[in-house]
Amino acid sequence: MADLRTDFAGIQSPNPFWLASGPPTNTYGQVAKAFDQGWGGAVWKTIGEPIINVFSRYGSVDLGQNRMMGFNNIELISDRPIADNLKEIAEVKRNYPKHAIIASLMVESKRESWHAIVKQTEDTGADGIELNFGCPHGMSERGMGSAVGQVPDYTCQIVEWVKEVATIPVIVKLTPNVTDITYIARAAVKGGADALSLINTINSIVGVDLATFEPQPSVAGKSSHGGYCGPAVKPIALHLVSAVAADPSVKIPISGIGGIASWHDAAEFITLGAGTLQVCTAVMHYGFRIVEDLIDGLSNWMDERGFRSLDEIRGKALPRVTKWEQLDLNYHLLAHIDQDTCIKCELCWTACEDGAHQAIRRLPRDNGGGGPVVEIIEEACVGCNLCAAVCPVQGCITMRQVPNDYAPVTWKEYAAGRGKLAPRSEQFHTATWSRSAK
Amino acid sequence: MLTDEQLAANFADIAPPLTNDAALLEANKCLFCHDAPCTIACPTHIDVPAFIKKIASGNLRGSARVILSANPFGHSCARACPVEVLCEGACVLNERDEQPIKIALLQRHATDYVLEKKLKLFAPGKPTGKRVAIVGAGPAGLACARDLRCAGHAVTVFEAKPQPGGLNTYGIAEYKLKADVALAEVQDIVDLGIELKTGVTVTSINTLLGEFDAVFVGVGLGSTKKLGIPGEELPGVIDALTFIEHLKTHPYRETPVGRHVVVIGAGNTAIDAVTQAKRLGATSATIVYRRGEADMSAYHYEYELAKKDGCVFRFNAAPQRIVGNGAVAGLELAGGETIPCDMIILAIGQGARTELKVPSDPRVFTGGDCANGGAEIVNAAAEGVTAAKRIHEFLGGVVR
Repeated sequence: MADLRTDFAGIQSPNPFWLASGPPTNTYGQVAKAFDQGWGGAVWKTIGEPIINVFSRYGSVDLGQNRMMGFNNIELISDRPIADNLKEIAEVKRNYPKHAIIASLMVESKRESWHAIVKQTEDTGADGIELNFGCPHGMSERGMGSAVGQVPDYTCQIVEWVKEVATIPVIVKLTPNVTDITYIARAAVKGGADALSLINTINSIVGVDLATFEPQPSVAGKSSHGGYCGPAVKPIALHLVSAVAADPSVKIPISGIGGIASWHDAAEFITLGAGTLQVCTAVMHYGFRIVEDLIDGLSNWMDERGFRSLDEIRGKALPRVTKWEQLDLNYHLLAHIDQDTCIKCELCWTACEDGAHQAIRRLPRDNGGGGPVVEIIEEACVGCNLCAAVCPVQGCITMRQVPNDYAPVTWKEYAAGRGKLAPRSEQFHTATWSRSAK
Repeated sequence: MLTDEQLAANFADIAPPLTNDAALLEANKCLFCHDAPCTIACPTHIDVPAFIKKIASGNLRGSARVILSANPFGHSCARACPVEVLCEGACVLNERDEQPIKIALLQRHATDYVLEKKLKLFAPGKPTGKRVAIVGAGPAGLACARDLRCAGHAVTVFEAKPQPGGLNTYGIAEYKLKADVALAEVQDIVDLGIELKTGVTVTSINTLLGEFDAVFVGVGLGSTKKLGIPGEELPGVIDALTFIEHLKTHPYRETPVGRHVVVIGAGNTAIDAVTQAKRLGATSATIVYRRGEADMSAYHYEYELAKKDGCVFRFNAAPQRIVGNGAVAGLELAGGETIPCDMIILAIGQGARTELKVPSDPRVFTGGDCANGGAEIVNAAAEGVTAAKRIHEFLGGVVR
């Protein structure tokens, strides 16, 4: 069985699966239960001067039958006294010495305030500190959370203050609500951060009730933008993790966060450079028990592929993330429709015809005849993947490489007058509607 | 006369496997209930939401492990379990007026993967030096054997029939479970290092106790009961289990079937007999039952299946006499009516096995049909698993 043990900036955990700071890590009881069920670590719900929350706190986005594809919240940091939180952190650490327990902190931007909370936290025996520079709602209006994390100088300054007194690893949690996250990442590194975690939630309004015109989640008829998370944000998180991981001036470990719900998601984050994974929304949906398949699935996949430890897969996809100008222009694809499995819905046709490159031909639907109703117009297909993406039958439309004798050429080379383009599909074509049977 | 193609179609899987695509879609419909009613409804308490979630996540190996660790007969149960009255009947989606999750087909999807890829999910435990004899290689005995072997005990299984598997191999309707699947499932268990002695009839448990530290008896039930009416000895009268066993161990064409078949009894075995007689090519196949429709013990969906197959049901019809001159010609009912037929299949339940005395001894354990009076594969498997825990404990092991 694959070795899932993790050393993250010196913090040891039996596996890379940590609970992210949030509602599931609010109390001793929750974190202890989670560890009993297999979680490797937990980042405590952010500790600071206790706040007062509104009622109605979460908003959800469904996709058809699937609930909570996207999720947002306007909940603030812990509403519990600092002393209670720290006492329980110490108790968890005492009872679960092999698990990673991280205190997430957020206090006002004063040197003495940060010094005080860091010292108090260290007394608990916590394995590390996570600085919440990402919370995009409420706290940011008070000059904390993303108000800090959106300004490189502030980020650097507070990390420096923390590092003046911290003896345990300091993780800086980054907000995605910036133009270029690598600037903030570099500022955290400059301040002395031991590791980064990303992404925090994304500014959002999940919807509007059209009967009442109340934005959601509604608090007495009004709402405020909240932090967006859940499966819907995973692609954004994957990109930002890879961008930070690939930045040559960021050489510190990264804890990946954002929409992780399955071992498959987790493996993707690891291959893009994540050292540990943090999960919150999936636990809020299905409970701590999901960790069993996170571990089992990741481990089985690694065994099947012959990987013995996480180090062997970490960052494995990273060298393949590149600039557009480095992509090979002579790599040509053609869509292929498997007529045996096609169910004749013509969704590919309508997508290609109206939304892409008019590269699918419709054939007359002869009732009961059973012949094909769509076929690829090979000379028009640009291999864009749209038809394969809309096709409701798994494996029916596949993208196949069309080999050619031309050497690979990137845009950069081609623009510099080097390399030759292989002949390609019709570059300029017009919609077939006026010509085709209506 | 049916063609080979027609026969093959008639005995093809009544519930064909899901494609990968369909399995993924179905798995994603599962709500992943907590303390799930489907799991509670299963006699072996397979963690159904967990195995379905693993199909959704693409972890088929893990999915099969969840199923098979709870139920060593996960393959055959996926095909032959009465899920309508167990897990699927309990699915919370029924409460929302929707179709329940196709749990059986998903279970088949995961367990088929294991057979296909020849994955070995279990290993024998560290040798304990203890020896256990299992009498009967049906689901109860082999489920017990599997778990005892995984706990490190040496296990010897005695089976009177030439092939292991019990009714899984010899008695489940062909369109639900084929013998090769049943045997592959058994082989997987035997491969753990279980000594299997087929063609051996155990006549004395006490003799076994001289050689083994414990004995599990899972011999199933005896032969089909007799009606006790005149004409029962006429050629053309056969008991349901013999009929089904012949069908399952010979090419379809070699199993004799009448033109007009009457099946006496209205339990699930009677349904298996009447549908298979029809599927073999009988022109008419009729269930004759002395009590009313509401009294029949066959599951509702089995009843529906038989009606769909074109079988006829005669309720409140009490057989009086089998008529015929040298061969079956008809069944005379109380009241005088005679149903013309050339084959009569008896399916009025099996008697207990009386030939093997089971001594009252703390080293002897029982399970399966011989202990519960006759139930489903899943009940036998559950009892075998429970017995393995008790035996392990009895032999000084720690039960987790």
